[in-house]
Amino acid sequence: MAEFTAPDYLTALPEIFLAAISLIFLMIGVFAGNRSTKLLTWLCVAAMSAAFIMVLAGSHSYSTTFFGMFVSDSFSIFMKCLVLIGAAVTLIMGMGFVKRENMNRFEFPVLILFATLGMLLMISANDLIALYVGLELQSLSLYIVAAFRRESLRSSEAGLKYFVLGALSSGLLLYGCSMVYGFTGFTGFDEIAAAIGHGGGDTHSATAIGILIGLVFITAALAFKVSAVPFHMWTPDVYEGAPTPVTAFFAAAPKIAAMALLLRVLLGPFHELLVQWDQIIVFISIASMALGAFAAIGQSNIKRLIAYSSIGHIGYALVGLAAGTPEGVRGVLIYLAIYMVMSLGTFACILAMRRRGQMVEKIEDLAGLSKSNPPVALALAIFMFSMAGIPPMAGFFGKLYVFLAAIEEGMYGLAIIGVLTSAVGAYYYIRIVKVMYFDKPVESFDKPIGMELSSVLVGTGVVTLFFFAYPTPVLEGAQAAAALLFP
Amino acid sequence: MIIETIVFYVLAVVTVAAGVMVIAARNPVQSVLFLILAFFNSAGLFVLMGAEFLAMILVIVYVGAVAVLFLFVVMMLNINYSELRAGFLQYLPLGAIVGAILLAELILVFATGAIDIHVPEVVAVATPPADEVSNTRALGNILYTRYAYLFQGAGFILLVAMVGAIVLTHRRRVGVRRQKIADQVARDSKTAVVLKDIKPGEEGSWKSD
Repeated sequence: MAEFTAPDYLTALPEIFLAAISLIFLMIGVFAGNRSTKLLTWLCVAAMSAAFIMVLAGSHSYSTTFFGMFVSDSFSIFMKCLVLIGAAVTLIMGMGFVKRENMNRFEFPVLILFATLGMLLMISANDLIALYVGLELQSLSLYIVAAFRRESLRSSEAGLKYFVLGALSSGLLLYGCSMVYGFTGFTGFDEIAAAIGHGGGDTHSATAIGILIGLVFITAALAFKVSAVPFHMWTPDVYEGAPTPVTAFFAAAPKIAAMALLLRVLLGPFHELLVQWDQIIVFISIASMALGAFAAIGQSNIKRLIAYSSIGHIGYALVGLAAGTPEGVRGVLIYLAIYMVMSLGTFACILAMRRRGQMVEKIEDLAGLSKSNPPVALALAIFMFSMAGIPPMAGFFGKLYVFLAAIEEGMYGLAIIGVLTSAVGAYYYIRIVKVMYFDKPVESFDKPIGMELSSVLVGTGVVTLFFFAYPTPVLEGAQAAAALLFP
Repeated sequence: MIIETIVFYVLAVVTVAAGVMVIAARNPVQSVLFLILAFFNSAGLFVLMGAEFLAMILVIVYVGAVAVLFLFVVMMLNINYSELRAGFLQYLPLGAIVGAILLAELILVFATGAIDIHVPEVVAVATPPADEVSNTRALGNILYTRYAYLFQGAGFILLVAMVGAIVLTHRRRVGVRRQKIADQVARDSKTAVVLKDIKPGEEGSWKSD
C-alpha cells in the first residue's frame, strides 16, 4: 500500500472551521431548544465573520489540497467573501421576520450555515465529485429552508417544486459528469484540462464529441442553478412562495456560488472548448436578458418581479462570460458583487413592507411611500435606479464593464441587445419609483422597521450610491481573480 | 467459461423480466417483490464481473433498506393505485413519440460513427491488480485517505437530510403521552407499588393515585 501523507488542512481552514462550528451550533440548538434561535443567529453571523477573516488572511496564491480536489486562489477568495457577506447580511435582516412569522426554530440559522458551507465547497471545487458534493450540500439545505414555513401552503409548494426541479438538474449534472469522466478518464479539473488539451481540442475526434455532450449537460445543470433561461421556470414560484428572508438569501448567495462554479468549470477544464460553449452562453445570456425584461412588466407581486429581474441580471453577467476574456470575467465578478449589494438592499425594503403586523407584497402597496416613510422610499428608489443601470448608481458600472468587454471582443449584437433590454427593464424599475413618489398614499407601513433592517438599508444604500467614489477594492479583487482563470 | 455464459444469460434474462414485471404488476406489493428479485439478480451479475463489494452493497442497501421501505410505504399508506394509474395511458402516444425520437437520434449518432464506443485507453488510473487486493480492501484503502474530503462532505449531506426531515415533519402534539425515560428510571417501588388489603368479596375498593 502506498504511503499516505496527510493533506494540507490549512488551505481549507475556513471550511473546516465552519463545518466544525456548525455541528457545535446544532448541538447547542438541540439542547437549548427554540429559545436559542436569536443567540444562534448571532453566533452564525459571528462564525461567518470569522470565516471571512480566515478567507482573507489565507494565502492568495494558487494552492490545492485534499489531493487536488480543493483549490484556493484569488478567484475563490473573492467569491467566498461575497457569499459570506451575503449570507451574514441575510441572516441579520431576517431576524425580525423569523421571530414574528412563526419561523422561530433553531434549525433555521444552522441550515443557512450548512448552505453557506456547501457554497464555499462549491467555489473551491477542483474535481467533478467535489463539485457535486458541494452543490448537493448547498441545494439540500436550500430546499429545506424554502419549505421552512410548513403551515404555509405556498412555502411548502415552493420547497417541493424547488426540490423536484433541483433533483432533475442534479441528474443532468451527474450524467454530464459521467460522460466527461468516461471520455477523459479523469474527474480532477486539472487532469481533464490536460486530457482535452492533448487532442480532445480537435473537435472531430470521437472523444471530443463525447466530452462535448457531457459539457452541454453540465452547463445546462449549472444554468439551472443560476436560473438562466431556459432553465429559469422554478425561479418566480420559488421566490414568491419561500419566506422573504429565504428569498433574499436565494437571490444573494447561491447565485454567486453557482456562477463561480460555472466560471471555474467553463474556464478551467473546458477552456480549450471555448468556441463550443461560447454559443451556449451567448444564447442563454440573450434569452435571460430578454425574458427578465419582458416577463417582469406584467408582475404585480414585488417578490415575483425581483425574481424576473434576477433572471435578467444573470443574463447581463453572462455577457461578460460570453466575451471569454479576462476583462469579461472581471466584468462578471464586478457585476455579481454589485448585484448582491443591490438585491440585499431591495429585500431589506421588501422586509419592511408590513402593515398592521402583516407582510404585504403587492407593488401598489408601495403607493405614497415617499410621504409615509421617506427614508425607505429613498433607499428603494436608489436600488431601483441602480438595477435599471442609471449612472452614477453602482448598477451602471456593473453593466458598463460587461458591455465594454463584449464590445472589445467584437460582440456588438450581444451588447446592443443588452442595452435594449436594460432600457425595457428600466420601465418596470422606474414604475416602482413612480408608484412610491407620485401615487396617492395608501395606509402607511408599520414603523419603526427595526435596527437590523435600518442598518442593512443604510449600508447597502450607501455602497450602491457611492460605489463610483471608491471602487478600488472590488475592481482590484475582481482583476486578480479574473487574471487567475486565464493562465 | 460456458458455465459462466449460461449463468450470465440466466441472471440477465431474469433481471430484465423482473424489471418488466415491476411496472406491469397490478398489485404494488408484487411490484416491490419483483424489484427485490431484480436487485438480487443484478447482484449476481456484479459477482460475475468480479465486483463483489458492489454486489453486497446492492443487496444490503437496496434490498435491505430501500425495497423494505417501499414495502412499508405501500402497505401502510392506503393509496388507491388503480385511481393513480387511471389517466396514465393518455400520455402513451406522446411518450412513444419522444421515445422514438430519442431512439432515432441514438441510432444516428452511433451509426454515423460520430461516437466511437471503443473509447481510447484513458481509463485505469492506478488500479491495483485485481488478484492482489480485494474490492472491499481497495475501496477502504482510498475511501478514508485519498477521498476523506468527499467522505466527510457526503456525511454532511446526510446530516442535512436528517435535520431537514425532522424540521419539516416533527411537531409537538398535545394530548400524547410521551415517554420520559428519566422519570421512569427514577421511579422505585415506594412510589410505584401500593399495597392494599382487600377483603374477600369486596370489589373495587381501591383506587390508584
